[in-house]
Amino acid sequence: MSKSTPPLPYWADVVLLPLINLLAALCMCGLVIFAIGENPFSALKVMINGAFVYKGALGYTLFYTTSFIFTGLAVAIAFHAKLFNIGAEGQASLGGLGATLIAFALSSLPGIIALPLAVAGAALFGAAWGVVPGYLQAKRDSHIVITTIMFNFIAAALLVWLLAGIMLEPGQFSPQSSLLPEQTWLPKIHEILGWVNIKTTPTPLNASFLVALLTCLFFWVLVWRTRLGFEIRTVGQNQDAAHYSGINVARVIIITMAISGAFAGLMAINQIQGVSHKLILGFTAGYGFTGIAVALMGRNHPIGIFLAALLFGALVQGGTELDFEFTVITREMVLLIQGMIILFSGALAYMFNPPLARFIAGLTAGREQSNG
Amino acid sequence: MADFLYQLLLTFDATLRIATPLMLCAMAGIFSERSGIVDISLEGKLLSGAFVAATIAALTGNAWLGLGCAMLAGITMSLIHGFACITHKGDQVVSGVAINILASGLTIVLGIALFQRGGQTPSLPKEDRFTPIQWWGVDLMDSIPILGAIYRQLISGHNLLVYIALLAVPLTAFVLYKTRFGLRLRAVGEIPKAVDSAGISVTWLRYRALIIGGALCGVAGAYLSIAQGGNFVKEMSAGKGYIALAAVVFGNWRPLTAFLACLMFGFLEASTARVEGIEFWVIGEIPSQLLQAIPYILTVLLLAGFIGKPKPPAAIGQPYYK
Repeated sequence: MSKSTPPLPYWADVVLLPLINLLAALCMCGLVIFAIGENPFSALKVMINGAFVYKGALGYTLFYTTSFIFTGLAVAIAFHAKLFNIGAEGQASLGGLGATLIAFALSSLPGIIALPLAVAGAALFGAAWGVVPGYLQAKRDSHIVITTIMFNFIAAALLVWLLAGIMLEPGQFSPQSSLLPEQTWLPKIHEILGWVNIKTTPTPLNASFLVALLTCLFFWVLVWRTRLGFEIRTVGQNQDAAHYSGINVARVIIITMAISGAFAGLMAINQIQGVSHKLILGFTAGYGFTGIAVALMGRNHPIGIFLAALLFGALVQGGTELDFEFTVITREMVLLIQGMIILFSGALAYMFNPPLARFIAGLTAGREQSNG
Repeated sequence: MADFLYQLLLTFDATLRIATPLMLCAMAGIFSERSGIVDISLEGKLLSGAFVAATIAALTGNAWLGLGCAMLAGITMSLIHGFACITHKGDQVVSGVAINILASGLTIVLGIALFQRGGQTPSLPKEDRFTPIQWWGVDLMDSIPILGAIYRQLISGHNLLVYIALLAVPLTAFVLYKTRFGLRLRAVGEIPKAVDSAGISVTWLRYRALIIGGALCGVAGAYLSIAQGGNFVKEMSAGKGYIALAAVVFGNWRPLTAFLACLMFGFLEASTARVEGIEFWVIGEIPSQLLQAIPYILTVLLLAGFIGKPKPPAAIGQPYYK
């Protein structure tokens, strides 16, 4: 920080700066679209229509939002302890494996028991995949960024081995499991609304959306209203201070990574118990990495994360619409937007801070002058 | 026995071909990480290099131009990384992730816009690529048993970029350990304050390290798309940048050991195709996925301190404040 920079007002730091960063990222993407000879504004219009306006579009958008809430929360809880969890992708894969294995193991039990246990299985397996890098960071000082990256690849190899081997559905050639027992399927939102006689368009949006909202609430209570949350934030602010104040830093790191992995693992229930009803290779679709963007944009707060997840849900759903409307712009455009957002809202988060602070300081100074 | 030796020779040959992009990226990673900048973005630079090399070679029919532009593409990505985490002191891991995702998106979007082939670039004819070079005297050496075969298969018959990669390793070691620039580079990764108080710019040193790394990744990318392969396919880097990063860590941030790690990882990959379906004594059949996962498992074990003691640069990941 240079000395001449005045402090940024709170509202500007929380609302204005993220919006400017988002705008900068979108402008860069607009430039790319313009450079390849299309109109960025018509692309934007197609995406907005595809994400919100068309029949059932909102359901699809919220379906993707659900996945991003889970991975966003996973990355964010680790950020609170100043841990960088790049492994949400692998933890979500393991979550899918957990949900699938438990669902098959409990196929003889009624849904009221088997369904929540399968959900718990997803969280548990995800947590297990997060706890190992957490333990290695806490006890053996292994850098968590590298270990979680490695764990992503190990998870991918494990899933290929299982899905192309013992878990492969007989007669199937693409790596996927057989259908889960029906009582472990999560009900769709349009089905739930149908029970109370509200007719809506069938979409993949399912009960895990409600689980995601509850998880947001849980996150807020955990981080800001419990002793553990206080410890997590203290470790994140200053490990030495945490240690000297009597916090068991290693324990907090391990627990944080377990919770982080559990959140990431829960993302699998949306995809597997909610929609595909089987474990498919690559079902995580890079959403674990999107979680990083969501957490950064959402400033590690559940409300911010919900809004950022909604934005990314809209981008993914609107992006599929691009495929139909344009020949040269495809859904991969979303990857570009995502990269730009991580760059501007994450790595360059404070680039606009000094000029904005000076601008606001100038405005208020000018007003005081005219008042006085 | 002779057949087994010949199979082994072919496996070594494949090892070298697989290890080439790993070596180049690992050297790139060493430059940037030894200067104190975490380089998750090797993958993205590699991918951008591959795309630009294939695109330029397809448009101009000149492989050399493709190689040059691939290096520029790698450098551009490096400069973005530097702008974010040296100039603006942003988080190096976040910036790296951004570059990787940006590279995935940009290569596909531009590829579709330019060629309308679903993200692929057109196949290049042989003369627009780097093709295997037959060394002098291959036929002459053939008369010598074993050595002749080694000379023909292993030493001769690779494309130019393989030899460049092999040269990059001793060159990196030389620059790091025998030049003034290398001494300063290592110092800036350990105690940047000392370098700064000696009146040397920390910023410029780190930028130079990133630029060298970007160029090396560009060469690796060109190897994938216009030397080993004949066109760009989307996501063709397929995690090689991350394996190279693992090799940097496994090699304890030193060029020679990282090079050996690349060879080992390359050998594991090369043998997956060969051990499939073979029943081994006692252990039975080895799943190919296990062999593919071994580099990652070994790296985790190393980081955990079960194999030697990892010694990363002391100032890695921390932006420098004057």
